[in-house]
Amino acid sequence: MSQRIKVLKTYKIFINGKFPRTESGRYTQLKIDNLPIANVCLSSRKDVRNAVLSARNAFESWSSKSAYNRSQILYRIAEIIEGNKSQFIEELILQGEDSKKAILEIDQSIDRIIYFAGWPDKINPIFGSVNPVASSHFNFTILEPMGVVGIVAPEENSLLGLISSIIPVILSGNTCLAIVSEKLPLCAISLAEVISNSDVPNGVVNIITGSKDELAPHIAQHMDVNALGINIDNKELKNKMFFQASNNLKRVVDVSKYNIEDSNFESPYIVKKFMEAKTTWHPIEKDFTSTNNY
Amino acid sequence: MNITLNYESLSLGRKILMILDLKTKVDKLGIEDRVSRITKRSLKSEAKLQGLKMILSMIDLTTLEGMDTDKRVEQLCYKATHLHQEFPDLPNVAAVCVYPNMVKTASNFLKDSEVKVASVATAFPSGNSSLEVKIQETKEAVFNGAEEIDMVISRGKFHSGEYNYVFDEIAIIKENCGDKARLKVILETGELGDYDHIRLASEIAIKAGADFIKTSTGKIKPAATLPITLVMLEAIKDHYYNTGKMVGMKPAGGISNSKLALQYLIMVKETLGNLWLDKHWFRFGASSLANDVLMQLLKQKTGFYQSNNYFSKD
Repeated sequence: MSQRIKVLKTYKIFINGKFPRTESGRYTQLKIDNLPIANVCLSSRKDVRNAVLSARNAFESWSSKSAYNRSQILYRIAEIIEGNKSQFIEELILQGEDSKKAILEIDQSIDRIIYFAGWPDKINPIFGSVNPVASSHFNFTILEPMGVVGIVAPEENSLLGLISSIIPVILSGNTCLAIVSEKLPLCAISLAEVISNSDVPNGVVNIITGSKDELAPHIAQHMDVNALGINIDNKELKNKMFFQASNNLKRVVDVSKYNIEDSNFESPYIVKKFMEAKTTWHPIEKDFTSTNNY
Repeated sequence: MNITLNYESLSLGRKILMILDLKTKVDKLGIEDRVSRITKRSLKSEAKLQGLKMILSMIDLTTLEGMDTDKRVEQLCYKATHLHQEFPDLPNVAAVCVYPNMVKTASNFLKDSEVKVASVATAFPSGNSSLEVKIQETKEAVFNGAEEIDMVISRGKFHSGEYNYVFDEIAIIKENCGDKARLKVILETGELGDYDHIRLASEIAIKAGADFIKTSTGKIKPAATLPITLVMLEAIKDHYYNTGKMVGMKPAGGISNSKLALQYLIMVKETLGNLWLDKHWFRFGASSLANDVLMQLLKQKTGFYQSNNYFSKD
């Protein structure tokens, strides 16, 4: 019997629930220890544009799903990763991580999703408020998702870093596009496959591989992106993004300030950073049939 | 197939016998192959900029909804004449297309501008009404100031093989437009079936006196597509070669982004030539296309991608 040839995976990008190749047709060869491992899409600004478009289209239906439903969907992502653990571990090892650390990273990633999956229907009960005001108004504040969020995921901890960047953003109803680790992009695409299998509507998460220097500015300048969550070590690029984001007054959250590996990262405050407070003044009319004021 | 058409002309008061030679079969694979090559073309920088401005000048801004109000029509007319503040040198759109009962509102608003008022007529969008009603509707729209009439053909009659009826109807509406209004004939290609039918309907419309042939009402899917438009452009081309008379083309419905619109322009240029690259002979029926073109123009100017939030709602 002839020797079987192994079927290798084509790593493509993830836009609007599909796995297209980059619009530019460019590739880069990923090498670990000088050995070629995979061809990875070198995406262009047009892929960014398509990703923003798909995230924008997905926003309305995702953000209007019940918080409880979003919770269930996030939980489902964790369930499916748990079932595909071995694949992720293999990929982490292929990307040069030692096996002990790989197992730790995947476990931590799953637990992190489970942690955040509990939050969607609790954010507003905790952070929303009824405010005392002097006039005859019923005044209350609730938090709303911001819209399309551009994410630049960290270079290290390719899986945990990406999950920690995406999940706190989308749980409140935001949609996102993420540029993933340049050095270690493989897990990101496998995560995309999981996401596309877990009832997450098309376009809520879009994942792009390629050069951060090239792609990040286009996200920062894009008028239809509402906020940025960036985790970049390169100071120059980071400053540039802060500057460009001022175009349409995007909020920029510098996620590199938090230690992703630390379990203290698991907190609702990171969720709150990607939400906008809305305060409503509701006039009170005295209704004599009730003792209540509103 | 030869089809004999008897047309009783109102103005001439006599019957005209016309024999249409309709042997033309459409090469389906050829059409689609041609289109697929056109879609792989890409316009860049300066040519793109010129193309985008040309698209703007060819748009018929359209509102054809049951919930149209006078204010909405006025808002659309305002948009037609003030496309974007930051671009003072932009061309205006070609026309505003409305229902007959909105023609007065639109023509009052646009009386001092170059933007034309177009009105749909003949029981748009189904076309299912008596000839008398259709004629009356057309007359009224023209009387109220419509400079262009977008009529629909009777698809039911067409499918029953009553080509005479279809032909006569178009010719009579054309007579009622007189020299005040140009006539666009909507074939509603989404209901016609294959390319041969579309070609046949195009020829009937052209021979009956259409100034423009138009793909769709926008109410039926599929609306305008590149291959269907190419079939119609070929019919126009053959008519031009045979008679020397130009007929306009208007794809409508489903053309919502600039890239697609540019591909239509390329197709027109390469099928009919530069003569047709003018709003007098080529139009886009669209409502959201204008915003996308503006966003593209602003992208070219500023260098970054734009958001719908900063443009008027259609």
